[in-house]
Amino acid sequence: MIGDTPLLSRVAESIYWMARYMERAENVARFIGVNLNLQFDLQLDPEHQWQPLIDTSGDSVVFKERYGLASQHNAIDFLTYDAENPNSIFSCLRAARENARSVRETISSEMWEQVNSMYLRIQANRQMPEPESLPEVFRSIRLGSHLFQGIMDSTMTHSEGWHFARLGRQLERADKTSRILDVKYFMLLPSLKDIGTPYDDIQWSAVLKSVSGFEMYRKKHGRLQPRDIVDFLVLDREFPRSLHFCIHKADESLHAITGTPMGAFQWPSERLTGLLRAELDFMSVEQILREGLHEHLDLLQAKMNAIGQGLSEDFYAWTPEELAAASSKSGT
Amino acid sequence: MQFAHYKTDGFYDEMFDAEGVARPEARLLLETVESLGEGQMQRCQRAAERLLLQLGITFNVYGDSAGTERIFPFDLIPRILRAEEWTWIERGLKQRIRALNAFIDDIYHDQKILKDKIIPEEVIRSAIFYRPQCIGINPPRGVWCHITGTDLVRHGDGQIYVLEDNLRVPSGVSYVLENRDLMKRTFPQIFEGLHVRPVDDYPSKLLETLESIAPPSSWQKSQKPTVVVLTPGMYNSAYFEHSFLAQKMGVQLVEGRDLVVLDGFVWMRTTKGLRKVDVIYRRIDDDFLDPKAFRADSLLGVRGLVDVYRAGNVALANAPGNGVADDKVVYAYVPDMIRYYEGEDPILPNVPTFLCWRDQDRQHVLQNLDKLVVKAANEAGGYGMLVGPHSTAQQRADFADRIRAHPRDYIAQPTLALSRVPTLIEDHFEGRHVDLRPYILYGQEITIVPGGLTRVALRKGSLVVNSSQGGGSKDTWVLANDGVNGELPAQMQTQTQSTGVRP
Repeated sequence: MIGDTPLLSRVAESIYWMARYMERAENVARFIGVNLNLQFDLQLDPEHQWQPLIDTSGDSVVFKERYGLASQHNAIDFLTYDAENPNSIFSCLRAARENARSVRETISSEMWEQVNSMYLRIQANRQMPEPESLPEVFRSIRLGSHLFQGIMDSTMTHSEGWHFARLGRQLERADKTSRILDVKYFMLLPSLKDIGTPYDDIQWSAVLKSVSGFEMYRKKHGRLQPRDIVDFLVLDREFPRSLHFCIHKADESLHAITGTPMGAFQWPSERLTGLLRAELDFMSVEQILREGLHEHLDLLQAKMNAIGQGLSEDFYAWTPEELAAASSKSGT
Repeated sequence: MQFAHYKTDGFYDEMFDAEGVARPEARLLLETVESLGEGQMQRCQRAAERLLLQLGITFNVYGDSAGTERIFPFDLIPRILRAEEWTWIERGLKQRIRALNAFIDDIYHDQKILKDKIIPEEVIRSAIFYRPQCIGINPPRGVWCHITGTDLVRHGDGQIYVLEDNLRVPSGVSYVLENRDLMKRTFPQIFEGLHVRPVDDYPSKLLETLESIAPPSSWQKSQKPTVVVLTPGMYNSAYFEHSFLAQKMGVQLVEGRDLVVLDGFVWMRTTKGLRKVDVIYRRIDDDFLDPKAFRADSLLGVRGLVDVYRAGNVALANAPGNGVADDKVVYAYVPDMIRYYEGEDPILPNVPTFLCWRDQDRQHVLQNLDKLVVKAANEAGGYGMLVGPHSTAQQRADFADRIRAHPRDYIAQPTLALSRVPTLIEDHFEGRHVDLRPYILYGQEITIVPGGLTRVALRKGSLVVNSSQGGGSKDTWVLANDGVNGELPAQMQTQTQSTGVRP
């Protein structure tokens, strides 16, 4: 009977957000880590180097109000330890842990221990920040998140709860890849005349490293070219952080949850995901660049947000009308 | 680490006799501890504390806006119970819970015990936790107290007494399991040569108990009933335990907002619509269970739940209304209940109790406040209590006023010299007072997890063991037999060698 019992709506939502926040923490840690590394190669003024990162997180308005001009110090503080920034690494891990804590009985003990120990560690770091150990902090968060996923994949039954977690992780990952590409591309536009210079190479390799994609890109495309990089990060069929890959996995999990055959839909969220998947399946990089990368990415982000909203309406939220409807159906 | 300077200070010590000689059941443990290298004990202790934090075995501190979580301090020196003594305790607890269950059932039906004038009717009518809403309810199998956590203490005379019964929503059993696990992880050598009875099967027994009270209709179509644990939520001080038990039983942990009453049944809201719930192990007090039946302002419960329960379409554990027997005035009558319902003499004695509403008792209490422990009849957690010998004149005057104003609400007992167990204090051992809370499950049959939770008052001289007031806990060992060397069953020695090694 247990295996057949569907998840509580509240539990499904918490698992989904647990995974999203963990993935978000990992991405923010990687973005900062790469940027820290970059400063040794590029002689940019701090504002130009760190502001784009704040923009990636989508919190530039809040940041400007509180800190003004971006510097290495305040950007790292805002993105890493700031408890009032809901997307700082600290806040993400706190949220991941709170969500995990509310579903401890559903996830495996090992998963809980991992998210709990990551939270305790960042909390300790936050109380006694040591600038010289920052690269190590970011590295340990990246590894911690990978460990969390590995633990999840090998200790949790791959049933409904696991699929809700994977759904959350893939949607978050797709969103973050699109944002880093968008912001960096925007920043690089003025320097398109520099194509082929070392400066350009360093910037583009930073974009790829921000999504752990540098080595895999090299194997596939060799030289760093904007067209190929866009192709790789948006449309690649095999790279696990490309939008195409993430949306495919998300779609698979969604269908595993609902039981609807692939290519069909019963729920609005399934239709939205399927549409986005088809769009990515049949889109070409030439079309993206012709119509404008920024416009395209903006549109893709809006569609991913709509999927998130759809999931909430289809699976998590219960309105009084739905309850009444359910009661008339539940005659068993 | 040595016990050479350890003093029993005239108290009953669970590990040493009055002459300071180790009791037979503690000798092996003593040898192991004394053979440890310098600082090893403290290292194990620190490792255990770190592990508790890492595992998130914490409780929330109420009234702390930062949502601080604290660990329930754990001490590595276990409390040992001889097999023979445990057998006696177990018999006593079973007898007592049968009588208490019969009493609660009687109170909500014919009230024979009142009609026969064994207990004054006035006592029941004035009991705060008496619930007239429960009159006439017939819980499955006639069982009201499915999960009980009875508090036992040993006095200086070596005798074990029942201090209170905790029939409503007793907590702490998760620490019994976690303490044992923690011991095995941080201090495995301590088990050497001893056969300690395992406690790990508690969740299975609990699930069996809960399934045994499911409404008969839920067993149809070869399906098992759906059991859930109902928690007030993540910010409740016992949340860890709620999720722990749900996880170990493999059942859903639900909050009030996940449940809804429709068409005479209880349902939970899932991603695939509503699913029927058959048994609810509720960790919410009666008052908050159902805003329709009890407190209208409760946001934690489920509207209409008690109606479904009354109709027999859902089972609740524990049954609402149990609290009537947690009243400390009613407690004083439990030996009479045992004689009345069971026709036997009580095996486990009560602590002698003075009831302040009786004129004679009140006189005695007021004259001896400096010697007695005064307790509010309906408070728990060590609150509303006066420990006479440790009190100031002002506190005694204050309690005297309260007793005179509300004699029904107070009882008094002699100050017990609770037994002690050696406890690691910084770099040496000191005796600290303990109690014992065994957990009793009552379904198709009565089962008791061997031992239970040993709580320890960590403050020097303190008699209050509650976690909210400086208490900690210890692992509790019930020995499988009282021989010096508990023989383990022969292990399977022959195992086929693993293959598949790359040459």
